Amino acid sequence: MIEDLLYREELLEVFQNPKNRGKIANPDLEAKLLNPLCGDVVTLQIKLNGGKVVQKAVFSGNGCAISQASASLLAENIEGKNLEQIRKLKSNDILALVGINPTPARMKCALLSLDVLMEAIKQNGSKS
Amino acid sequence: MSATVVKQKPKTGLNIRKIRADFPILNRKIHGKPLIYLDNAATSQKPNQVIDSIVDYYKNYNANVHRGVHTLSEEATEAYEASRKKVADFINAGDSRQVVFVKNATEAINLVAYSWGRTNIKKGDEILLTDMEHHSNLVPWQRLVNELGAKLKFIPIDERGQLQMSKDKLQKLVTSKTKLVAFTHVSNVLGTINPVKRIVSDIRNLNPDAKILIDGSQAVPHMTVSIQSINPDFYVFTGHKMLGPTGVGVLYAKKELLEKMDPFLSGGEMILEVEKEKSSWNYIPWKFEAGTPNIAGVIGLGAAIDYLSGIGMKNVREHEKELTIYALEELARVNNLVTYGPEDAERRGGVVSFNIVNEKGKVAIHPHDLASILDSEGVATRSGHHCAQPLMKVLDIPAAARISFYIYNTKEEIDILITAIEKAKKIFRL
Ligand SMILES: Cc1ncc(COP(=O)(O)O)c(C=O)c1O
Repeated sequence: MIEDLLYREELLEVFQNPKNRGKIANPDLEAKLLNPLCGDVVTLQIKLNGGKVVQKAVFSGNGCAISQASASLLAENIEGKNLEQIRKLKSNDILALVGINPTPARMKCALLSLDVLMEAIKQNGSKS
Repeated sequence: MSATVVKQKPKTGLNIRKIRADFPILNRKIHGKPLIYLDNAATSQKPNQVIDSIVDYYKNYNANVHRGVHTLSEEATEAYEASRKKVADFINAGDSRQVVFVKNATEAINLVAYSWGRTNIKKGDEILLTDMEHHSNLVPWQRLVNELGAKLKFIPIDERGQLQMSKDKLQKLVTSKTKLVAFTHVSNVLGTINPVKRIVSDIRNLNPDAKILIDGSQAVPHMTVSIQSINPDFYVFTGHKMLGPTGVGVLYAKKELLEKMDPFLSGGEMILEVEKEKSSWNYIPWKFEAGTPNIAGVIGLGAAIDYLSGIGMKNVREHEKELTIYALEELARVNNLVTYGPEDAERRGGVVSFNIVNEKGKVAIHPHDLASILDSEGVATRSGHHCAQPLMKVLDIPAAARISFYIYNTKEEIDILITAIEKAKKIFRL
């Protein structure tokens, strides 16, 4: 059933108790995007180690369970990874991470955090 | 078999079972469940009578209008112009030359902003709107005032979603600089039915020169509207929310205004005489209908009006009021659920927006999540900002869930909605 796929226990657990929600003072990378469909906002902040490896990643914002849980899982997932690896992340990686197969209308919610992440690391490219 | 059983006979005496049988889409199953369509404020479903009128045009008398003298063209022109007369009669507009066909309400408002606004609004002038406008009655005015150096003002709403329009409040907002007041007849989020007749006369008392535009997109489909009684300068609505096809809308404007206004689009159909260097404009309303119009759409809208007239707009309103009262009662029984808009069903159309909140009053299930879960039960609702982001800010919510009714909806469908909401709460452990 659809809602069982969309709203798995684990996903709701992440939504209600997100691990990487918050703000950091002097992030090396930061981006914020809005999903105009539902008004979801996700901000992602990243602290780098040696300019290459993600030391800490946090998200903030508000929105539906899917967008917020996906942001939390993604932030958690990229910690310890280097930017080269992160740049290769694709939609399917996020969906696997979140463990759902959203309807076309909800796909944007699930992938908003990936867009924000790509936006954030793009800044890094332009800086260096 | 139509999936939803109609247990109780409604007070209007309308045969809802018979009405439902006219709407083929109501036989659809969504995720294996009968479709319960509660998103009528976004667009309505279409009865066979409307669908068939469009098919009939394409199969039997498809031709361009106002151009040929051959039989098909004459038949098409006659049907097209007959729809104009139907629209004029349906909204009691008087002279049907005051009815211009456009593609939707949005285009009608843009037409007024472009053709009337650009010549009549000057630097320093004011346009008065309200805090409950759909983006389509806000963004065109924003662009216009930015371009011309004019200014927007807004009539605020109170906590139950009603315009704050006492005489002294209005006096501060309507000034000698006010050139236009534009407001919605019925709010697409709050359901509020604005007392348009009173508002029009109050504005005219304060500034007889200010023009008045009313957005009737959520009113004309659901209640009797008499233009001659309300007496606005401009009144717009959209066909697809009133059983008609998409791609056809209506601008009503007073004849004197239409005659003075510049055309919006130009090309064929809207001209009288064309020379190499200049042209003269066609008579109203054709001056504003450049190019081949949406002939099938206009014919379909005519069929929709026939259908609604057959039921009677008083009955449509009564039926929706009954559903709204029932829905408000049932929703009030759901813990942690808040509704927005007027409490009194007399003052609201068949639109109810709501949210599931926590103890602190903050949204606990995002409307998008709620709508997905309701959809899994076959219940189609709208969620989001409803093209009214400034209003969401006033209400201090990121978004809302919305249900909206039409003639084919039943109390039994509302019962299923309530069960589905309870299910969503359970999934979210509330
Ligand atoms: C109050 C109101 N005005 C205007 C519109 C715009 O209608 P359309 O998109 O057909 O132009 C809508 C519909 O969404 C509406 O609810």
